[in-house]
Amino acid sequence: MKKHLILRVVSKLLIPLIILYGLYVQFHGDFGAGGGFQAGVIIAVSVILYALIFGMDAAQEAVPPWLIKIGTASGVIVFAGVGFITMLMGGNFLDYDVLHPDLAHRAGQHMGILWVEIGVLLTVTSVMIAVFYAFAGRVPDMSDEEW
Amino acid sequence: MIDFITALTPAALIHHAPALVVTVPLILSAFTAIMPSSRAAWGLCLSAALFVGWMVILLFGQLATQDVIVYAMGGWDAPMGITYRVDALNLQILALVASIGLLCVIYGYATVKDEIAKDKRPLFYSAFLICFAGLLGVTITGDAFNVFVFVEISSLATYALIAMGAERDRRALTASYNYLVLGTIGATFFVIGVGFLYMATGTLNMADMAGILAETGHTRVTQAAFAFIVVGLGLKAAMFPLHVWLPNAYATSPSFVTAFLASTATKVAFYALIRFLYAVYTPDTGFVMLSFTWVFAVVGVVGMILASVQALFQSDPRRLLAYSSVAQVGYMMLGLGLGNALGLAAALMHLVNHAIMKGALFMALGAFGLKFGISKISDLNGLGRTMPASAAAFTVAGISLIGIPLTIGFTSKWYLIIAVLERGWWWAVAAVIMSSLLALAYITRMLAAIWMENPPEHHGETVPKTRAPAMVLVPMGLLAFANVYFFFNADFIVGMAQRAASAVMGGQ
Repeated sequence: MKKHLILRVVSKLLIPLIILYGLYVQFHGDFGAGGGFQAGVIIAVSVILYALIFGMDAAQEAVPPWLIKIGTASGVIVFAGVGFITMLMGGNFLDYDVLHPDLAHRAGQHMGILWVEIGVLLTVTSVMIAVFYAFAGRVPDMSDEEW
Repeated sequence: MIDFITALTPAALIHHAPALVVTVPLILSAFTAIMPSSRAAWGLCLSAALFVGWMVILLFGQLATQDVIVYAMGGWDAPMGITYRVDALNLQILALVASIGLLCVIYGYATVKDEIAKDKRPLFYSAFLICFAGLLGVTITGDAFNVFVFVEISSLATYALIAMGAERDRRALTASYNYLVLGTIGATFFVIGVGFLYMATGTLNMADMAGILAETGHTRVTQAAFAFIVVGLGLKAAMFPLHVWLPNAYATSPSFVTAFLASTATKVAFYALIRFLYAVYTPDTGFVMLSFTWVFAVVGVVGMILASVQALFQSDPRRLLAYSSVAQVGYMMLGLGLGNALGLAAALMHLVNHAIMKGALFMALGAFGLKFGISKISDLNGLGRTMPASAAAFTVAGISLIGIPLTIGFTSKWYLIIAVLERGWWWAVAAVIMSSLLALAYITRMLAAIWMENPPEHHGETVPKTRAPAMVLVPMGLLAFANVYFFFNADFIVGMAQRAASAVMGGQ
């Protein structure tokens, strides 16, 4: 991997910033535009960029497929888990108000949406990467010469 | 029985039952996906199905004392929030999906082991649970947009489940892709319709929508919404002529999936249609009644005859049964098209009965498929002697599909004909009888192969008598037995359908 020196250096610089921007979008989602879906896509882009520049093998070493599988499932578990916790605390499913006694500032609502968005982030990131891996990791049924 | 289970259950669980019906399979699907072994995944699947069954029993207990159960998601009441709403109409669909789901999971253990690669089984079960949760969600929700969300949840899982048939038959990929394209068009049409209704009424809650529509009357917008919703959900319910995706999807998907989808997916879509036509729109509105007579009844009658004729000419038993499913949707369309409580009850009755018989038929075909490859009717030759138990279940359900007395197929056709006669539609009665005769012809073709032909031979020797595993035989046997049992104890299904029909018709 000696080629594309500029691309490699620039992407190494950019990838942490992309993740940081993703997290900014994620937490901005509590108050305005943004949220788990958009942030998840942005964070997945950092892995996809890494795979494009350094190759699939390097990317799968950094973010292995089994981790992606767990990430996909854990997002759903976090989201639905918040619902079950609110049930255990005496509210209806996803009734965030019971999460925190401070009703005047709607602290429970803030907490609830924060956790739910983290669940969304986990699943969207993982699914985006999984889709990319599935397409990029596909081995053609026959080699190009055989056509 | 119901009281006993209710008494044993903590009060909190009873209160949350409407939410838990959907959310427990949904969260367990995530756990299933990361299970290391397929047996553990199946165990989670089974526990989810058992839990849903328990919750549905609790809902039965609750509904005995009240007309409607409303559960506000997140504590946000209607019309602002999403509410789950259980009444007599969707309770019977919930019971149907829950019981078929449970039987299919038990049935699935052996067939999935046979048909799906080892490393894909946990994901397969996970997709099944998502589909299961989605179908239950469509049934239980009282929010029009939530219906769309759950339709998509169940459909996306269904596309994956059908495509899993590719290990046995590569055509499953194109079948799944076709269904994906058409299913997406259907869902899009539906959501456009819901969007129009939202524009006209400013609410997404179905009960609220009905109230506002009754007050303001109908405009072009709500009429367009009606057309979009009918076409969208009609595609999902495989109403003739929107059924083209169905035969290939049923013929190529794994037998577990076929048995489950054939008895739940189209039924749930049909339920959603009934909910919109009767509970959001009202049948006494001019254009709704017009569509009942000229779209549902007429197209239903044409569908039941044409699809039966198509079934007659199929060589693959699964495709044959798939076309027969389209024909059976025709009966339901006719019942719905009558636009009165009697017709609606007949349609609902046939919906439940058809799920029971098609479930048993597809399960029996899957059981044959465990031991022999079944792709032509001649592959069924002599199975009556080789696999007598599965063949007997197939025969009972087949007889029920024709509508011969002593089976539930007769009950629902009887009620349908009575309802049709009350409207004086003699031509429709003739069509029902005609279609039943066609069913007699195509079922006889298969039964003749099973019982009259010689058993298959292998290297010149007759294949020895064999048996499907007990976990296949038991759910299949139960469904086949239900075909006869509910004829003699018809009160349960008939009563449920009549209560459901009067619940929606009375709600106008």
